[in-house]
Amino acid sequence: MSYVKLTRDQIAARIARDIPEGAYVNLGIGMPTLVGNHLPKDREIILHSENGILGMGPAPAPGLEDLDLINAGKEPVTLLTGGAYFHHTDSFAMMRGGHLDIAVLGAFQVSVSGDLANWHTGGDAIPAVGGAMDLAVGAKSVWVMMEQLTKGGESKIVERCTYPLTGIAVVKRIYTDLAVIDVTPGGLVASRLVPGLACEELQRLSGVPLSPSAARAAA
Amino acid sequence: MIDKIAPSVEAALADVSDGSTILVGGFGGAGVPEELIDALIAQGARDLTIVNNNAGNGEVGVAALLKAGRVRKIVCSYPRTADSYVFDALYRAGKIELDLVPQGTLSERMRAAGAGIGAFYTPTGYGTDLGKGKETRMIDGKGHVLEYPIRGDVALVKAERGDRWGNLVYRKSARNFGPTMASAAKCTIAQVYETVELGALDPEHVVTPGIFVTRVVKVPRKKQAAQVREQAA
Repeated sequence: MSYVKLTRDQIAARIARDIPEGAYVNLGIGMPTLVGNHLPKDREIILHSENGILGMGPAPAPGLEDLDLINAGKEPVTLLTGGAYFHHTDSFAMMRGGHLDIAVLGAFQVSVSGDLANWHTGGDAIPAVGGAMDLAVGAKSVWVMMEQLTKGGESKIVERCTYPLTGIAVVKRIYTDLAVIDVTPGGLVASRLVPGLACEELQRLSGVPLSPSAARAAA
Repeated sequence: MIDKIAPSVEAALADVSDGSTILVGGFGGAGVPEELIDALIAQGARDLTIVNNNAGNGEVGVAALLKAGRVRKIVCSYPRTADSYVFDALYRAGKIELDLVPQGTLSERMRAAGAGIGAFYTPTGYGTDLGKGKETRMIDGKGHVLEYPIRGDVALVKAERGDRWGNLVYRKSARNFGPTMASAAKCTIAQVYETVELGALDPEHVVTPGIFVTRVVKVPRKKQAAQVREQAA
């Protein structure tokens, strides 16, 4: 049977729908930033930016950019009514101190036990870590948003990460272009597979043990 | 009478020594004390250790200081950006030392310096390459690494407004590392767009109290569209 992979926007929309009313959320730079475009309009969700913003709003209209108001990716943003500014040490207290409900992060690899590798590809690359390690250890829930496979067709969910680690056993859930995979004490549990994709096929692609979710949630 | 207002950026930076550790505020382009950095380049101090979140963008600010060959070592969390080519070339040529620190640890190590804390345990970086070689401890079942303070000889920060006692307020996300760095250096120099009379800053809203600030220097405002509109409104 054939199946169609989700687009990045479709993954982002799926994540956005799973963020509850009232949540404090940090969206990592890169792909997770897309989640901000899909937040349900009928929920108050407060976005945090590591450089000292709570209540971060969308990009400003062209011509209204303010270079003193940027996000972690250094792009101009806005502040929602009720938002606040604070300094870096307070911002990282929020991150490390368990005050954020959800961090959505990109990843190079996630292991079956929830180890995260997302900051460095090793080798010659110039290393840059930013706030990734603080978010990984500090948010109440770390959700990863990534493609299931690399461009070369290798599984990004692995028995053991080969890229340098960001944090150990920190990932709770993985949203991919093929499914949603929860990291549980009993192993990886897959749900919301794209139509036409069987769990056996997902497991074959992933190369790691996956069990189907008992309760199949609606996509 | 206390008067921390320096007459010029040159006067504010006159006594920076070779070999100093300099904490430089800013995150990306926001909150970068560009006029102070330019004056530091003109002042000529060399063999510097720079602590900043990034490693410079384009050829302004920290990148200009790097390009001038004044920096021996950079301590930062995120050196690699789309236009960090000055740092990239120096790093590849082995002409600059990089000490990569997770961003929250960078900030907290400076906070510790300012707060008189000898060291602290943090879960950030435990079990990773950036935690290697550090003392560790299990606390409440969670691995932690021991981190030591980062003290500056000088801090260069950008604030919006200041008074002659050194009280400062900032603007939006340009605040970033400013308040923490101000507390962590022996000599803190703040550039501001406005100097105001004592009492003009609401005491409830002062972000950095003047005790953390050595000198305040006024620089001309670079107008940007949204700021201009906001002031006109």
